[in-house]
Formats: sequence, structure tokens, C-alpha cells
Amino acid sequence: MANDPTHQFQIQKIIPIEIGGMDFSFTNASLFMVATVASAAGFLYFATSQRGLIPGRAQSVAEMSYEFIAGMLREGAGNAGMKFFPMVFTLFMFILTANLLGMFPYFFTVTSQIIVTFALSVFVVGTVVVYGFYKHGIHFLSVFAPSGVPKVLLPLVSSIEIISFLSRPISLSVRLFANMLAGHITLKVFSGFVASMGALGALGVGGAILPLLMTVAMTGLEFLVAFLQAYVFAVLTCMYLNDAVHGGH
Amino acid sequence: MFVTSAFAQTAPEATETLVAPGVAPAGEVHTETGVAHDAAAGGVFPPFDASTYPSQLLWLVITFGLFYLLMQKLLVPRVGGILEQRHDRIAQDLDEASRLQSEADAAVATYEKELAEARAKAGAIGETAREAAKTKAAADRTAIEVELAQKLSAAEARIGEIKTQAFAQVGTIAEETAGAIVDQLIGAKATADDIKAAVAAASPKGA
Repeated sequence: MANDPTHQFQIQKIIPIEIGGMDFSFTNASLFMVATVASAAGFLYFATSQRGLIPGRAQSVAEMSYEFIAGMLREGAGNAGMKFFPMVFTLFMFILTANLLGMFPYFFTVTSQIIVTFALSVFVVGTVVVYGFYKHGIHFLSVFAPSGVPKVLLPLVSSIEIISFLSRPISLSVRLFANMLAGHITLKVFSGFVASMGALGALGVGGAILPLLMTVAMTGLEFLVAFLQAYVFAVLTCMYLNDAVHGGH
Repeated sequence: MFVTSAFAQTAPEATETLVAPGVAPAGEVHTETGVAHDAAAGGVFPPFDASTYPSQLLWLVITFGLFYLLMQKLLVPRVGGILEQRHDRIAQDLDEASRLQSEADAAVATYEKELAEARAKAGAIGETAREAAKTKAAADRTAIEVELAQKLSAAEARIGEIKTQAFAQVGTIAEETAGAIVDQLIGAKATADDIKAAVAAASPKGA
């Protein structure tokens, strides 16, 4: 059991709920979604409870993350894009916290489920499409026709643009999902090597040092990936929102 | 190796559970081994097990929606407010500092102006005082000179008077002395007129 690398992604029901023949059970995934939101919101709330003019450590981190995303959004989508700040900040904090929580042994990684990352990307792209049409009307379609392209090439360029636009929710979700999934599987496999080689006696224990070192190094790398993927998701969200805010390029 | 053997074991059980899918009691899932968990997923790679999607989506919408609301209503204004407050405070302090700086500059300018004025005034006062002292000294000297000249002339007049007086009395004294000498010498009284004439004859002219 211990060595099955996919076991950690198993959804287990905690409170079975069934509505209209559909399974809406409160599962370990649900539990960790709640934990993610509780810890992210709790952190931001309690870190800023002092409302210090001179921030303490926790308040500094909260302010830093706020300004990090604010700067990213302002750079990516301009000042007009700042109305999406709560959305981008929520996405970033949710993904980052979920990724980091997943680094605890025996914890479930919410973002290692393709349906979760896909839902988040659809939320982003859906926001872009809805706001884009609301703001620019039919002119929003000009994002598919870059200016300065010769008329002959326009159908080709437009089809490429449309395909790239449609693949956004897929690339956005698969990137996050695959990174988290692959990292956790790799960690599990290498730590599994340590356990199984250690069981083979003295020689095995000696040989287990290599995968152990690998596991330690991978853990560090996974923390980096946990942050990096949240960052990449937020940056791409800002770039996509730029299309919605400013229309064609 | 472990993986493959595990799957080999689960294969028959998986078919069993697939026959009767549905909601397994939570307790059962937890007490069973990992083999049973694999079985519950029907051998499908867990993230691609579509039977878990409705539950995940629902709970994601609930939790993420709640988080979004919390962010929009509470957390973003809270952190943003703190940052804005600090920003305002810094701007205010900078304004205050520049105001104080300009005040200090003005004070320095006033001070220098007043210093220059005071210097000029002091110079003027000194000049006036010097002039006044000079004038006074000159006046005093003149007055003293006049007084001295008066005293001198008075003294001269008095000397002249005394001299005249003295000369006037010389004749009388000489007559008395001559009378007394004659009396002593010859024992006879010479007449006053004789003596007077004799003295006048012996005396230098104009005395």
C-alpha cells in the first residue's frame, strides 16, 4: 500500500452526500479545500489584525503577497485591470496555499486534481470572455485578428489565434495539475525506493542513501514548484485579463 | 515491482466493486487496505475518475466562492487599507517635512535679514555716538579753554593790580623807613615833606 504512488490522489468520502443521484460527498478533497481557504483567509486576517503602521513579520508577508499580485496585475493588465485584483489575489492565494498544504506528508493536494485546476482555468477564461464581450461588444473578437497582418494571412493567423485562445483553459489547467501530480508521484516513488531498499538489509540501507538524498532535494524543488505554479497561474491570468480589459492588441 | 504486484492483486477485486458501485461507508474505506482504495476507484487513475468530479466541483465552488467573497469584502480592503494608510502617512510626513523645511528656510532668511539690519543699526548708533562724543569733546575743550583764558586774564589783571598797589605802597614804606633811619641816626625828626622829597628823588622815575 505504502508504495503505490497514486494512492495519495485517491478521493475518500468522509460524509457521503447524494443529491439527485449525483455524488456530492464531503471528501478528503473537500476537507483540504476547506483547509486551504481557512488557512489562507485566516492567515491574511490574523496577520493584519494589528493593522500596524510598521508591519510585523506576518503582516509583512501578507502585504508582500498583496503588493506582489497588485504589481503583477498592474503590469499585466494596466490600471484598468485592477478591478480584477480580488479575483487574481484569490486565485493566487488559493493555489499557493493548496500547493503548500500538499507538501505535508499524508495531506491531500487539491491542485493535483485535473477537475479542480480545469475549473479554475475555466473560471479565468470565462471571466475574460464575459468581461471582454461586456466591455467591447463584438469588437472583442478583434483579439483574434492582430492589427498589421496582411489580408492574405489573416485567416491563417486568426485560426491560430482562435486555437491558442481555446487551448488556454487546457494549458493553464494541465500545467498546474501535471506539475503537482508529477512532483508528488516522483517524491513518492523515490521515498518508496528508500523504504524498499532499506528493507533489504545492510547493503540496501547503504544503497538507500541515494534515493534519500534525491527525496530531500526533490522536496526542496517541490516547494519551489508549489510557489512557481501559483505564480505562473496568476501571471497568465493577468495576461489573459489584459485581452479582456484592452481588447485587441 | 511493488506497483505491478499491487495492481495484480487489485484486479479481481476491482471487478467486484465495479459490479456494485456506489457509496461505500466511510468507515469501511478507512479500515481497508490500500488495495481496497484502488478497488474503489475501479482501477482508474484517481485524478481521471469522473465519478468524483461532481463532488469536487461542488466543494470547489463552495470553498473558492467563499474565499472570493471573503477576499472581496474583507481581506483585500483590509490589507489595501493598511497599505493606503501607510502610503498616506508617509506622504503626509513628507509634506510636513517639506513644510517644516520651508519654514526653517524662511526663519533663516528672516534671521539673516534681521542680523543685517541690526548690524546696520549698530553701525549707525556707533557712528552717531562717536560723532556726539567728538562734538561734545570739542565743545568741552572750547569751554575749558575759554574758562582758562578768563582765569588767566583775571589772574593777570590781579597781578597787575597787586603790582600797582605794591608800587604805590613802596613810597610810603620808604618814607617811613627813611624817617626811622634818620631818627635813629641823628636823633632829630625830619619833616615829612623833606623825607618825601628825598625818597622821590632817590626813587627811579615812574615807579
